Amino acid sequence: MTIKNKAYIAGIYEHPTRHAPDKSTAQLHAECAKGALEDAGLTKADVDGYFCAGDAPGGVMPMADYLGLKLRHLDSTETGGCSYIIALGHAAEAIAAGKCSVALITLAGKPRTGPMPPRAFGPEVDFEAAYGATTHNAYGMCAMRHMHEFGTTSEQLAWVKVAASHHAQYNPHAMLRDVVTVEDVINSPMISDPLHRLDCCVVSDGGGALVVTTPEIAKSLKRPLVRMTGHGESLKGPNGGRKLDLTYSAGVWSGPPAFAEAGVTPKDIKYASIYDSFTITVVVQLEDLGFCAKGDGGKFVADGNLISGVGKLPWNTDGGGLCNNHPINRGGITKIIEAVRQLRGEAHPKVQVPNCDLALVHGTGGLLGVRHAASTAILERV
Amino acid sequence: MTDKPKYPAPVGNPETAHFWDAAKQGKFLIKRCTACREPHYFPRSICPVCFSDQTVWEESKGEGVIYSYSLMRKSPTGPYAIGYVTLDEGPSLLTNFVDCDLTALKIGQRVKVVFKPTDGAPLPFFTPVG
Repeated sequence: MTIKNKAYIAGIYEHPTRHAPDKSTAQLHAECAKGALEDAGLTKADVDGYFCAGDAPGGVMPMADYLGLKLRHLDSTETGGCSYIIALGHAAEAIAAGKCSVALITLAGKPRTGPMPPRAFGPEVDFEAAYGATTHNAYGMCAMRHMHEFGTTSEQLAWVKVAASHHAQYNPHAMLRDVVTVEDVINSPMISDPLHRLDCCVVSDGGGALVVTTPEIAKSLKRPLVRMTGHGESLKGPNGGRKLDLTYSAGVWSGPPAFAEAGVTPKDIKYASIYDSFTITVVVQLEDLGFCAKGDGGKFVADGNLISGVGKLPWNTDGGGLCNNHPINRGGITKIIEAVRQLRGEAHPKVQVPNCDLALVHGTGGLLGVRHAASTAILERV
Repeated sequence: MTDKPKYPAPVGNPETAHFWDAAKQGKFLIKRCTACREPHYFPRSICPVCFSDQTVWEESKGEGVIYSYSLMRKSPTGPYAIGYVTLDEGPSLLTNFVDCDLTALKIGQRVKVVFKPTDGAPLPFFTPVG
């Protein structure tokens, strides 16, 4: 069964808050759900499928009950920041299979004004937990090895942040709106070698939601039509220590099936939303998705090639996780939301890609240098 | 108390108890599959390569090279360096580097295992050789 053209994204909502001391996490989920349904022109009563991940308080059962949903399909796949790109694929599958007709996907959290949930460990706990792998040093190890093998430089990585900042200056909600230079990134304090402070994304409260539905329902709504044409998902870990290679991600396995299902190639993509937890994350994923050869990611992003209107691959035109927001340290859903804005022609005029009819969304979740999942989606304007 | 253990004690479980018992004797163990002959780390009862249940414990020399590392400079407990070491027997493992100048670490550098005490079994860390 293919999902190609069988599911449409009818509603999107990105919570405008970046700092939510006076709201609960469940409330943020609900506000995002309400916003996405209103954007679609649907109501809560239309929802018969619900998808959430580890940020939903208590998981799918208490959260769906809190929202007052009556469901015939539910799913709570937890794969960190790419959970929502996987949820988009699973929602499309459920819709294509007739298991639901209006699927709601929510993300929300408040790491700035409340505690972060503790990291969950698996069977590796006694053999890894004591060593203090964090998002910063896990990605730092990937950057260190990428530099060692391919000669990637800190200046090249910095161009990713420069591009994000050029886009964020037009986003009134972005946490960081100042345009930065390569020198600004290089001169910012070292956090975990070789990643500087400005190689890292922001930490924000907030959230987002999506409404995914059938072609028939989507066409009955008064919104531009955006449909799913391909999806892939995968995971990668140290594999028992066997043939460890930190220079590539699970994107090498999630990208090809998504492109194949959509019947397109990286050259056809007009706009790319690629998860930017760190600058190195983007460089590795661009290579893994086939936008350039393995090892050439640093050269690919240099000289502003990710800047809309300037470079060859307009990317993260909302400012991304590096400058706009990163609700509950999970960037997957905001990547989908900005891709839909681009396909609808609703991105900021300064960053809108002309005639944007084909977009890629891709993200990772977990710790890239330790173990992680990846998901890729191809979206098309009808 | 100056002798207070710095590191958390492994909780352990029936699958890995032998590893921690050996660690108390200063021995560093890996697992090898007698069906496909491949070694792996961390230890599992069923081979992650060929899925055979014929895995056995093997003492490692505990020597290898740094595959990659990152020096965390913003930590409430002070700087520390995480990394992967590729053992001479083949498997790579996640660890910290200790008893050395953390700013002088290099990919390819030779390192060896060193156990650090906890309230329970000691934990394996790695330190540069020479």
